[in-house]
Amino acid sequence: MPKNKPKPVKGRDYDSMTGADAVAFGMRQINPDVVAAFPITPQTEIMERFSQFYADGIVDTEMILVESEHSAMSAVVGAAAAGARAMTATAANGLALMWEIVYIAASTRLPIVMNVVNRALSGPINIHCDHSDSMGCRDSGWIQIYSENGQEAYENTIFAVKFAEHPKVRLPVMVCQDGFITSHSVEPINFIHDDKVKQFIGKPKPEFSLLDVDNPITLGPLDLFDYYFEHKRQQIEGMENARKAFLDVAKEFEKTCGRRLQYFEEYSSKDADYVLVVMSSTAGTAKEVVDRLRKQGKKVGLIKPRLFRPFPYEEITKALEGKKAVAVMDRSASFGAQGGPLFLEISSAMLNSAKKPKLCNYIFGLGGRDTSMQDIEKVFEDLMNGKPKALNYLGVRG
Amino acid sequence: MLELKFFGRAGQGGKTAAEMIADSALDEGKFTQSFPEYGPEREGAPVKAFVRINDKPVRLHCQIQSPDIVVVIDPTLLECLNVTEGLKENGLLVVNTPKTPKEIREQTKFSGKICTVDGTKISREIFGRNFPNMPVLGALIKAKEIIRMKSLENQIICIFAKKIGEEKTKKNIETVKRAYEEAQIDG
Repeated sequence: MPKNKPKPVKGRDYDSMTGADAVAFGMRQINPDVVAAFPITPQTEIMERFSQFYADGIVDTEMILVESEHSAMSAVVGAAAAGARAMTATAANGLALMWEIVYIAASTRLPIVMNVVNRALSGPINIHCDHSDSMGCRDSGWIQIYSENGQEAYENTIFAVKFAEHPKVRLPVMVCQDGFITSHSVEPINFIHDDKVKQFIGKPKPEFSLLDVDNPITLGPLDLFDYYFEHKRQQIEGMENARKAFLDVAKEFEKTCGRRLQYFEEYSSKDADYVLVVMSSTAGTAKEVVDRLRKQGKKVGLIKPRLFRPFPYEEITKALEGKKAVAVMDRSASFGAQGGPLFLEISSAMLNSAKKPKLCNYIFGLGGRDTSMQDIEKVFEDLMNGKPKALNYLGVRG
Repeated sequence: MLELKFFGRAGQGGKTAAEMIADSALDEGKFTQSFPEYGPEREGAPVKAFVRINDKPVRLHCQIQSPDIVVVIDPTLLECLNVTEGLKENGLLVVNTPKTPKEIREQTKFSGKICTVDGTKISREIFGRNFPNMPVLGALIKAKEIIRMKSLENQIICIFAKKIGEEKTKKNIETVKRAYEEAQIDG
């Protein structure tokens, strides 16, 4: 949104909608060749809205309604291998059921874009937000981008198409937003003009296509101890390339669409002594807390990572070096580990830094548990008192 | 920032009412956010919906703990929920009920402004059915003009005209206006 008030109603370029609607709106602008979806829960409103665009003939997409999430991912893998621009969306246990093919999509270097509405994995059965679904496949080889609100989910989705198809990257991208908290929350969304989106994403330029019968190729064959390792090594390289390509594509995105995308957002953090690191919707609440504490003269700040895979470890190390204390907040647990996935990432990024701040971890919001301003204030208080434990749990009984 | 909390029962249109208030405010140049609380969805279950209206973009993504305004669409909820929990002392409580504001004050012990309207009766007389979500909005903006009547009318037309046709849309506007006239305020 613009910093000032929205423009007057007539001819305005924004409208109120849910985070899920905003992504569907973006998908309409992208006009993918193929969209596959499992049309039953845990599917989200993203696909409900997009299938409406499809039914109304507004998009040229071939829409495939499949019998399971496993098949949805398989269908987009097939479509992308044929050279199509393919998308899908899922959440929670739907993503879990896709698992096997999620890995294959990345290993086959297929630039699929998938919107994930972050929701807790069962059991016990829970439909609300946490990051256990996408964090569960953080090592699947997909790029992961997280969104604070519907606005960012919308922009990240459009960005992801070009980013995934970048010739140096060619990897699938997961665009994540918080289940219910932003996916079902109605907020004003500021759109990019259809023409600008079209200009930015361009036409897909696949290097290979299964449909190109004059140049036949083989995808996903048996690959044992002779070459599997080399292929994995290349896949790792592709992910490394993505780190730099992100910046190039972001530059182009800003030039064409006027929206800025960074590895992470630094909010009042540059001169701060105490910094909080948190992803997605909670970062919005944390910004209000930072403002409140700043007014009291407390030197606090926030870092909100947007790109989680590949992780911008060098840049985030630089941003956190020399701070007195840093609290990393994780909306998922890594059972038996020293902390949540984001904490582990930042700890290892800072391992060799000479100016390493005191680091601690807060697990929060599992299964949609509300995280209030007071909760976040408590984290800052812990930091400033200098007494946080290495691993803490926010807002949990016992 | 203004924060509102709606209490209703699933199927009564609490979510729609909340979104209408938010969208009307958006039309008036404000920044807004509205969201329902989801649970096991079944008709008749108590549900909540929330609205934030602000002059700056709304960045908070937590629940509303101390609202400025509480709107109760179904009066039976007063008996099973503490609807005024967290409601600011100088806040506003709007209830769809045949009771007077004084009777509601007695029942809830709330000390701030109270507004009541028999939205169910109005809706039954105009529609022949109970759609209590629209009349409470008429009462709400009489007690506190957080949005203009004209903006609400526009929203009703925007949302209902296509869905339920012109005649029923007009009836919705009629219920809102009559509720505005008949609402009683105390405090």
